[in-house]
Amino acid sequence: MTERTLEVKLKSGLQARQAALFVQEANRFSSDIYLEKGTRKVNAKSIMGIMSLAIARGVEVTLSADGHDEEDAVTALSAIIEDEAAG
Amino acid sequence: MDHVTVKDVMERFGLELSAGAEGIGRHIASSDISRPGLEVAGFFEYYPANRIQLLGKSEISFFSMLPRLDKMERARKLCSPDTPMLVVCHSMRIPPELVAAAEEEQVPLLSSPMTTTKLSNKLSDFLENRLAPMTAVHGVLLDIYGLGVLITGKSGIGKSEVALDLVKRGHRLVADDMVEIRQVAEDTLVGNPPELLRHLLEIRGLGIIDVQMLFGASAIRDFKRITLIIDLELWDPERSYDRLGLEEEKLKILDTELTRLTVPVRPGRNMSSIVEVAAMNHRMKQMGMNAAEQFSERLNDMIGREQDPSY
Repeated sequence: MTERTLEVKLKSGLQARQAALFVQEANRFSSDIYLEKGTRKVNAKSIMGIMSLAIARGVEVTLSADGHDEEDAVTALSAIIEDEAAG
Repeated sequence: MDHVTVKDVMERFGLELSAGAEGIGRHIASSDISRPGLEVAGFFEYYPANRIQLLGKSEISFFSMLPRLDKMERARKLCSPDTPMLVVCHSMRIPPELVAAAEEEQVPLLSSPMTTTKLSNKLSDFLENRLAPMTAVHGVLLDIYGLGVLITGKSGIGKSEVALDLVKRGHRLVADDMVEIRQVAEDTLVGNPPELLRHLLEIRGLGIIDVQMLFGASAIRDFKRITLIIDLELWDPERSYDRLGLEEEKLKILDTELTRLTVPVRPGRNMSSIVEVAAMNHRMKQMGMNAAEQFSERLNDMIGREQDPSY
C-alpha cells in the first residue's frame, strides 16, 4: 500500500476533461487506486466518482494505491494533479 | 455518378419527340435548366449550351415573330453540339425552322403539355437527384426515432444483428450491408439500399431474411437522410473511449461532415440499446440540450465555489 497526500495545483481544479484524463491514466494500472478528499474516498478508476468530489485548486487530497504497480500509479497520478501548467 | 440520357428524361416525363431522334442517347451533364429567352432574341454570348433548353410560350411567340433568316440562324445556334435537348412546353406548335435545325444537328426536340415553370421544377428535381455525387459504404442504415443512423464497423462485428434488434423494437431498416449515399444538397446526405438488396437483412446462421415480409411495411424505409454515424469496434484495452461526450468526432462523407461516435463492443453491452440511446441523445443535442456540457458547467461552478467562497 502506497499513500501520498498532496495539494492540487491544477489551475482550475480537476474539471471534466482533466478528470477524464486522470481516470484514463488510473485505468492503465492494475492496482486498486483511491482518491480521498475530506471524508470522502472514491475509486480513482471511476469517472463519476472522481468528478463528484469537485476537486478545486489548493485542496489537499490523498492518493492511495494497493497492488504490484502501486508506486508507479501514485507517481503518475500525482503528476497530473500537481501539473501547474495544465487546466 | 449516374449518367442520365435524353431517353431517360423523355420516358420519365412522357415527352413527345418531334425531331432529332438520332441524338436521343445524349448525356445530360448539368442539372441546371436554361430558358433561352435572350438567345432567341439574338444574344448568344453566354448561351449555356450544355443544359436542357426549355422553350415556353414567350420564347416560342417571340421566335415566331422573327424574320425567316433570323429564325433559321438562331434555331441552328440553339441546336449546338453541346445541347442535350430542347423542350417546347404547353404543347405549342413547334416552328418548322426549329424542327429543321434539330433534325439537321441531331439534337432531340421534344414537346410537353406541362407549363414551363412546372416542367422546369420537376426536371431540376429529377436531375439533381440523379446527378448528385454518390458513394457507397459498408454499413447498415436505420431510421431510429426519425433520425438516420449509419452503423459502420468491421465485418462480423454485429451490425446486422443490431439492426434486427432495432427493427424488433419498432425502428426501420433502410439498408443492410451496402448503403448508397448521395449528396442531394449542401450538408444533406441521403442513403438508400442498392435496388437488389432492398428490405433484405443477412444474419449469420439464418441467411437472408426479408424484413418487409416478416415485420411489415412499418419496418422499412426506402431512403433516409443520414444524421449520425455509429462505428462499432471490438473493445481495445489500449484505446481510451469517450467517457464524457464533450468532444464530437466528425467524419466527412462526400462534402458533408457528420458526427461519428465510436462505440466499443464487449459481452454484456447491449448494443441495440446503446445505439437507440445514442440516437435519442443526439436528438437532444440537436435541440440544444447537452447533458455532458451541462454537467461540466455544474462541476466547474462547484469547483469555483470551493476555490473562492465569494464566487
